[in-house]
Amino acid sequence: MHRRDFIKGVSLSPACLGPDAWAATSNEGSRRLIVVLLRGAVDGLNVVIPHRDEPYYSARQSIAIAPPGKPDGALPLDGQFGLHPALASLMPLWIERKLAFVHAAGSPDPTRSHFDAQLYIESGIPGQGTIRDGWMNRLLLALPGPRGATDAISIGPTVPRILAGKAPVATLTLGPNGAQPLPIDQPDIANAFDRLYSGNDDLARSYREGRVARAQLVAALNQEQRIADNGAPLPTGFPGQATRLGLLVRRHPGLRIAAIGLGGWDTHINQGNHKGQLADRLRPLGVGLAAFVRASGEAWHDTVVVVLSEFGRTFRENGNRGTDHGHGNVIWVLGGDINGGRVYGNWPGLAPSQLYQGRDLAVTTDFRSVLAAILERHMRLGDRQLEAVLPGAPPAAKDLAQVIPG
Amino acid sequence: MNRRMPGRSGFYRSVAMRLAAAASLLIALPPVLSTAAEAISDQAVVHLLNRLAFGPTLGEVRQVKTVGVERYIAQQLDPDSLPEPIELRWRLAQLDTLKFDPMQLRRLYGPPRVLRGFKPNPELEKAQRERVRIILRDASEARMLRAVLSTRQLHEVMVDFWFNHFNVFSGKGLDDVWIGNYEQQAIRPFVLGRFRDLLFAATKHPAMLVYLDNALSTAPESPGARGGKKGLNENFAREVMELHTLGVNGGYTQDDIVTLARALTGWGVNSPDARLFPEYAAVFEGARHDYRPKVFLGHPLRSRGKAEGEEALDILARSPATARHIAFKLAQYFVADEPPPPLVERLAARFLETDGNIREVLRTLFASSEFWNSRSEKYKTPYQFVISAVRAAAVPIGNIRPLLGAMDQLGMPLYGCLTPDGYKNTEDAWLGPDATTQRIGFATALARGTIKLTGAAQPVDAARLEATFGSTLSDATRAAIDGAPPGLRAALILGSPDFMRR
Repeated sequence: MHRRDFIKGVSLSPACLGPDAWAATSNEGSRRLIVVLLRGAVDGLNVVIPHRDEPYYSARQSIAIAPPGKPDGALPLDGQFGLHPALASLMPLWIERKLAFVHAAGSPDPTRSHFDAQLYIESGIPGQGTIRDGWMNRLLLALPGPRGATDAISIGPTVPRILAGKAPVATLTLGPNGAQPLPIDQPDIANAFDRLYSGNDDLARSYREGRVARAQLVAALNQEQRIADNGAPLPTGFPGQATRLGLLVRRHPGLRIAAIGLGGWDTHINQGNHKGQLADRLRPLGVGLAAFVRASGEAWHDTVVVVLSEFGRTFRENGNRGTDHGHGNVIWVLGGDINGGRVYGNWPGLAPSQLYQGRDLAVTTDFRSVLAAILERHMRLGDRQLEAVLPGAPPAAKDLAQVIPG
Repeated sequence: MNRRMPGRSGFYRSVAMRLAAAASLLIALPPVLSTAAEAISDQAVVHLLNRLAFGPTLGEVRQVKTVGVERYIAQQLDPDSLPEPIELRWRLAQLDTLKFDPMQLRRLYGPPRVLRGFKPNPELEKAQRERVRIILRDASEARMLRAVLSTRQLHEVMVDFWFNHFNVFSGKGLDDVWIGNYEQQAIRPFVLGRFRDLLFAATKHPAMLVYLDNALSTAPESPGARGGKKGLNENFAREVMELHTLGVNGGYTQDDIVTLARALTGWGVNSPDARLFPEYAAVFEGARHDYRPKVFLGHPLRSRGKAEGEEALDILARSPATARHIAFKLAQYFVADEPPPPLVERLAARFLETDGNIREVLRTLFASSEFWNSRSEKYKTPYQFVISAVRAAAVPIGNIRPLLGAMDQLGMPLYGCLTPDGYKNTEDAWLGPDATTQRIGFATALARGTIKLTGAAQPVDAARLEATFGSTLSDATRAAIDGAPPGLRAALILGSPDFMRR
């Protein structure tokens, strides 16, 4: 476990010194952050596997992932931890040090309710049920410069809590039919509805934001996709969406933040080990993240992707080869310019006395201090802005600050 | 479905009784209701139809004015008094999979049995995956047809409400076989009845037992514990308290979750070739039950075995926290995203007084000034938007696929909510820039007759549509319609801000 260097010192990453013109892209104004929410609580202990901890194997007889080197074993990370084999597509990023993990991270709030816990990681203010806006929307407001209708994108048909708030957010499903024409693209229809929605209420505002966003994004997406895929269809599901997001990021430098939620992680039964339910969910996630990196081209150097979940799952497997709602989890950080290739955090151990309430991985890193490190060092927020985005959050932990180079 | 229409005298007697009951509430009613029927404003009637129904259809504002608001409410609260249209009854009668019980469904549409020692047959499995699709198709068709065509509109509104409250996802395990039956057997018969009955029916249906994993939950020390059923599963016990009954701040602890999970051990799903109770899909397997004494939410449970779980559910159904939680959700659905606390208190009190009688709680709700003063405060969900648009357009529906497609596009696929909290009905969940353009797209296609709901779809007549809404369209909307080309007027009404709200 390395506790330093989460955000990169240039010398540590020879891969970044290659022929890429990345220095030219490190434009303050186009640094962007993408958040992937794994809704339903992914089993972090089977994503980044503590294969040196003996209790891990005794507590998870049917769902444990074998240590690296064994058949169907974990992929070796740092000697202490291994990666779920279904995430093999992320190993090149790990080796290039563009992928880091923060283990035993989570919310200071003890709730095991999916819905409350998701509310807290989305509002960024754990324990308060009445917050209406999300921390990513506050981030948008805190960034310098005027805000356009397509600076922030929710990938999906609706705006999730994490993006909700005063600043406009565009929605795009990024599915195979996402860019197909709508009646509103015809000028006579658009004119008639423009008059109907000329007021100043929230419906009229959302209508106008939608019109602008659609004009900008659909054009960018169509153009880029024609160039990129040569007519070959993109994969379905998250890999297709992630590829389209990568293309969009490359074409549309104004895009600063994006978020997507992925469901299906609530593995109370038949979770599986190296194969099975969880593996089948992780595989497209890994493939999609790798595809995003490829598709985003040079924009990757200005991009950080965070993958997080509302809480972890029980340390011990339950009676149905699954896991129940737990506490600590692992946060994934990917970025073209991060100090990856390390598992950060403060590993609490898995002995009975080290478990939270005797049953769950303890939380030793507040998820907000991981976000704070990224907001401070990657998105370049000052103290006051940071306080506005994540009020009352603990400061970015020193070791985590290393993840992103200054 | 009850096919017998009530005789006229029975019908009037029943209305008279409801009216007498309603009369005792008149003091609480706002002035608009105590005036003569003719003086009721279009606004009030459209408001009523937007909330107790999926919006007005052609001529309905007039009809409600003739019947009177109180009587309309009373009739809607007594849906058996309302005959269903012949077309709807005939169309529902064609949907065969609605008629089977869960065990028949499993045998006819479930995965092929694999005998011990034999490999699964990929051909048979593929054929089954094709075959089972008809379940979702029939369930979706029945739901959409009823929502659009039924005279028992409040009943259909409550099906939407309770299905989301007790959501199951058709993509989990055998729930692709049982989704339609779950709605038929566990939700529909109880939507205006006693909350306890609804809770029991939903909990005991195999679709719920599978969805939230209780079917596998087993006392670890029990003689039946083995294989994939060798221990406790907390999933259902947590969600039944958090979502179905007490609410997340309802005063339960992690220990209560474990206790309830233990009380419900053995509530499972029968094997398809069971010799015991072969006709039942949901069974209590005593061999997997935890028979140790338990204290649940401070109550020592007196019953044993199957009855113990029922005793625990009864405690939940009758808890004041449950009354508040249900009252809040009903007020949020029918009045405002942030419902007025005094109304929630009154509804919760009514819930407790009537032992969770949903009909009586709604009667109180519909008589409240908060209800009448909340006109257009709710933003329609995609489901409500699509159904109300089809009702207002008054177009024949043959093929429902375009309607399901519209709901998919808008992020609310029917029977497709993965998580047990069901779909939200608040504005912050649904209002977004893309939502508005997509809704306008659907409205325009429907109005211009380019959605193929039947072989030869016709454009919607704007004048008829205007008549449907009486004098309720806002001045701004009316001005925009008057200034638009005639071919776009119907689209503008269905795509107007007025129509996005209810």
